[in-house]
Amino acid sequence: FSEAQAALAELTPGVPTGVESYAKMATLPGKKPLIELADRPPNYESPLEYFRTPITPNDEFFVRYHLADIPEIDPKTYKVKVGGDAAGTPIELSLDDLKALPAVEVVAVNQCSGNRRGLSKPHVAGVEWGYGAMGCARWKGAKLKDILAKAGIKSDAIEVSFNGADGPVADKTPDFIKSIPAWKALEDTTIVAYEMNGQPLPHLNGAPARIIVPGWTGTYWMKHITEINALTKPLGGFWMVAAYRIPLGKFPIRDRFVSQETAANTPITEIVVNSLITSHRDGAKVKAGKVAVSGIAWDGGYGIRSVEVSTDGGKTWVSAKLGEDLGKFAFRPWSIDVDTKPGKNTVMVNATNAIGQSQTSELIFNPAGYHNNVMQNITLTAS
Amino acid sequence: MTKITIALAALASLAAVGASAQEVKLKQAPGVDAVEANCQACHTLAYIPMNSPFLNAAGWDAEVTKMIKAFGAPIDDGDAKAIADYLKKNYGT
Ligand code: HEC
Repeated sequence: FSEAQAALAELTPGVPTGVESYAKMATLPGKKPLIELADRPPNYESPLEYFRTPITPNDEFFVRYHLADIPEIDPKTYKVKVGGDAAGTPIELSLDDLKALPAVEVVAVNQCSGNRRGLSKPHVAGVEWGYGAMGCARWKGAKLKDILAKAGIKSDAIEVSFNGADGPVADKTPDFIKSIPAWKALEDTTIVAYEMNGQPLPHLNGAPARIIVPGWTGTYWMKHITEINALTKPLGGFWMVAAYRIPLGKFPIRDRFVSQETAANTPITEIVVNSLITSHRDGAKVKAGKVAVSGIAWDGGYGIRSVEVSTDGGKTWVSAKLGEDLGKFAFRPWSIDVDTKPGKNTVMVNATNAIGQSQTSELIFNPAGYHNNVMQNITLTAS
Repeated sequence: MTKITIALAALASLAAVGASAQEVKLKQAPGVDAVEANCQACHTLAYIPMNSPFLNAAGWDAEVTKMIKAFGAPIDDGDAKAIADYLKKNYGT
């Protein structure tokens, strides 16, 4: 085998064929092999095998950057500035200061907004992710609300913005700066994390500290956080106004970002309910008879209520057994035995969350390729 | 263990050796010089094959325009046209 051949085996079926021409598996420092979509800036997704545990280990966790100037940060001199026009008492915190604040831990899925974009039909421009631009980890850090309280966040704050130490190579390229609504910033689960699965954050996952917004897509989870600003006006800039927009009314989402809504679109917010078969790939060969199929399910933080499986193309459904519940923001494992007959057998999976949202059978197309939660329907060939 | 699992384990042992840099060999056709001179200052050339072969002419025009207008790529009109023509012909549909 070669790194290129290994990648071909790992690529998600359906991504643009151009990816096959150059993609290979690569081992970054501190990481196990990942699918290399780009090395500069780093964009690497996890192969399917790494999703067989509900917690994704640090060395199996995907890596995603918009911009290629990624400095190494000395944790001893690291500072995060907290201010903005809605902060009464701006402060600067060192890593030790962050660690001195009351620590909380939350288990949460970090999923790139564009995860599965590569499977869009028709294909759309962007980073052509398959299934693997996501991971679930135990994040430990200080509550953002405690930090904002120290900075004297005022009642007229409408948004809180995040800027990280990484930035563009060229001066004219807009820096990657994102904001979330003030109400979201003040939730107990929004944290500034300095630990991931009990270890200091890996460099490529945002060391020494990053923003964690459980339930919301990864674009808000600013890595290498250096500036937090409480704002009285909506944040502008390319990465808020032009990028990361979904058409209004097309997706079943609850969390609104009112200060950024326009007549036509709104920023992407919570993750849509989704599932992934991890035990078998499409086309896998199995022994006819009982086959143990398993996978994971997740959503935007309401929790998974049920995972159902159909082997007759969606006419009838059987409930899978749900596994360990690590919390409403985590990957929820599921498993089911399916009966296979010699020849082709299909396995379709639909997850439903606690507020009754389910996956879709038809892609909800959008030009940016966000929110792909089409039910998987794989074929097992039994003999 | 499946073949993929063995491959992943073996690749992991290469970590000590150091990963090789991403190699992207663009199709050698008229206009490739302009692409190589203008399209890798900010990122790998891999974004081009990654976004192929599905973009039509309007799609590649939009990409080149976005690099210049939204991201500030310093590319003059002549080069932009040569680049767009090359992408449409060699990486488009
Ligand atoms: C001044 C910086 C810069 C230059 C020069 C540049 N790009 Fe980009 N390019 C970017 C940035 C920033 C992105 C966004 C990456 C992301 O969102 O992850 C990008 C993304 C892309 C993508 C991915 C699809 C997308 O729209 O996000 C393609 C394809 C691409 N560039 C092609 C080109 C081509 C072709 C050229 C030369 C004409 C070029 N780039 C030159 C900055 C640049």
